[in-house]
Amino acid sequence: MSAGTYTPRPGAAPLPRMIAAQAALETRMLLRNGEQLLLTVVIPTLLLVLFSAVDIVDTGAGEPVDFLAPGILALAVMSTAFTGQAIATGFERRYGVLKRLGASPLPRWGLMTAKTLSVLVTEVLQIVLLTVIAFALGWSPEGNPFAVLLLLVLGTVAFSGLGLLMAGTLKAEATLAAANLVFLLLLVGGGVIVPLDKFPDAAQSVLGLLPISALSDGLRDVLQHGAAMPWGDAAVLAVWAVLGLGAAARFFRWE
Amino acid sequence: MSSEPVVQVRGLVKRYGTRTAVDGLDLEVAAGAVTAVLGPNGAGKTTTIETCEGYRRPDGGTVRVLGLDPVADAAALRPRIGVMLQSGGVYSGARAEEMLLHMAKLHADPLDVGALVERLGLGSCGRTTYRRLSGGQQQRLALAMAVVGRPELVFLDEPTAGLDPQARRSTWDLIRELRADGVSVVLTTHFMDEAEELADDVAVIDAGRVMAQGSPEQLCRGGAENTLRFTGRPGLDLGSLLKALPDGSEAAELTTGAYRITGQIDPELLATVTSWCAQHGVMPDGIAVERHTLEDVFLELTGKELRA
Repeated sequence: MSAGTYTPRPGAAPLPRMIAAQAALETRMLLRNGEQLLLTVVIPTLLLVLFSAVDIVDTGAGEPVDFLAPGILALAVMSTAFTGQAIATGFERRYGVLKRLGASPLPRWGLMTAKTLSVLVTEVLQIVLLTVIAFALGWSPEGNPFAVLLLLVLGTVAFSGLGLLMAGTLKAEATLAAANLVFLLLLVGGGVIVPLDKFPDAAQSVLGLLPISALSDGLRDVLQHGAAMPWGDAAVLAVWAVLGLGAAARFFRWE
Repeated sequence: MSSEPVVQVRGLVKRYGTRTAVDGLDLEVAAGAVTAVLGPNGAGKTTTIETCEGYRRPDGGTVRVLGLDPVADAAALRPRIGVMLQSGGVYSGARAEEMLLHMAKLHADPLDVGALVERLGLGSCGRTTYRRLSGGQQQRLALAMAVVGRPELVFLDEPTAGLDPQARRSTWDLIRELRADGVSVVLTTHFMDEAEELADDVAVIDAGRVMAQGSPEQLCRGGAENTLRFTGRPGLDLGSLLKALPDGSEAAELTTGAYRITGQIDPELLATVTSWCAQHGVMPDGIAVERHTLEDVFLELTGKELRA
């Protein structure tokens, strides 16, 4: 390279361009990662197809897919916003990616915005895929799409806060283990594929307060039963969102 | 190019728990120069650099980089500096060229990524993901990421650690090109030769303090004495020789016929020694001046070897 190549011309790119570039990179990283795809695409799809086709769990009256699809959508949100984001961010912290980006022109809030956009893009892809499959399995959803959207957004915020709290405080390996464990426990005990009324009464009242239960129950109220906005479930999600994001903002360590 | 220092550190103190990593450190970095922060592991090099980069909040003292407070004015400072961390900083699944392209997109007027990739010999591994790059390739990518935004000032933390000699030379060349184009460079190193060959200015630090700062020549001339050696007939009259030499010089016959003179070894002293030899019919074989290296200076300043 010739003389003058490195002559300083410093400056930050415009903010929207930085955030768009960061979101695109984060999304590519996620879609390239086999383990992440297993979690966000393969497992929800398999569960939806398997449990709709084979009568393993008693899903109550009606088509199994009408019960399962809302739960699987909730699972998709959890897999991306919580498990996937926690693991990816934990390792980015461990490998100094967050640190290095902290010295770039991209502000920290810009990085977090990009991460959120990347989560939303992934969720849209998941929801499109799962919806098409559910329709193929004979799904007939009811209810107001805006109520569904609001629940999905609240769920995303709640799970993101919890995922970032874990990624920003635990070691990367601990996050990997804990995020997968929590995913598994909430999959079983959060009304995703097993109706909550299969659990003892005492357990039900506790499990009902979990963010995954609130999301799957709320989505089911609307999509299966055509209910209006389930404000109780929305409130549970909102409380988790405030607690999770608040704690993440307070305790997140960048290095 | 302004003549204001690009980095001004005054009385910097940084503690981690009860351990004091940096203990009243003063440092000035001149614009347009290559400044090496030289010291052993644990001397406080990285802590000092990372405080300048805005990663650490000082426990005492002040730090100004390009006239800005690295923590309070971070948003204004970050676009103007380039940072190479000691390790990591890249998504393990990102390809080398992809990551560099991304860093370029965060800047207003970046370098040509393709040309930079070629310049650093990363062309053959541009499609390789970070975790599959060799240590040397990872280092060069980190260096490229530090310069791609056309910064005024770059901080390089151990830029050649783990590089083979050829890659090391290539990195040195790039640093010289940066300087030639007016970029100020601050690098940390524990390699003497790197500081000696590359730096306009060297700050020797140990135990969290600057022990000495100056050009490599100044440092070598200042502290330690230099040595003149020659061999000749055994049993020369060193008393007579010393009378001809300036005060403070010393002369000794180390082994039979092997002489050493220490003191301020300059051309005049050399002329005095050779003319004394001529008067006494002595042929000073193998006459040699040994300049002190930074290694000697460092040993003298800190009482320890740089690399254990």
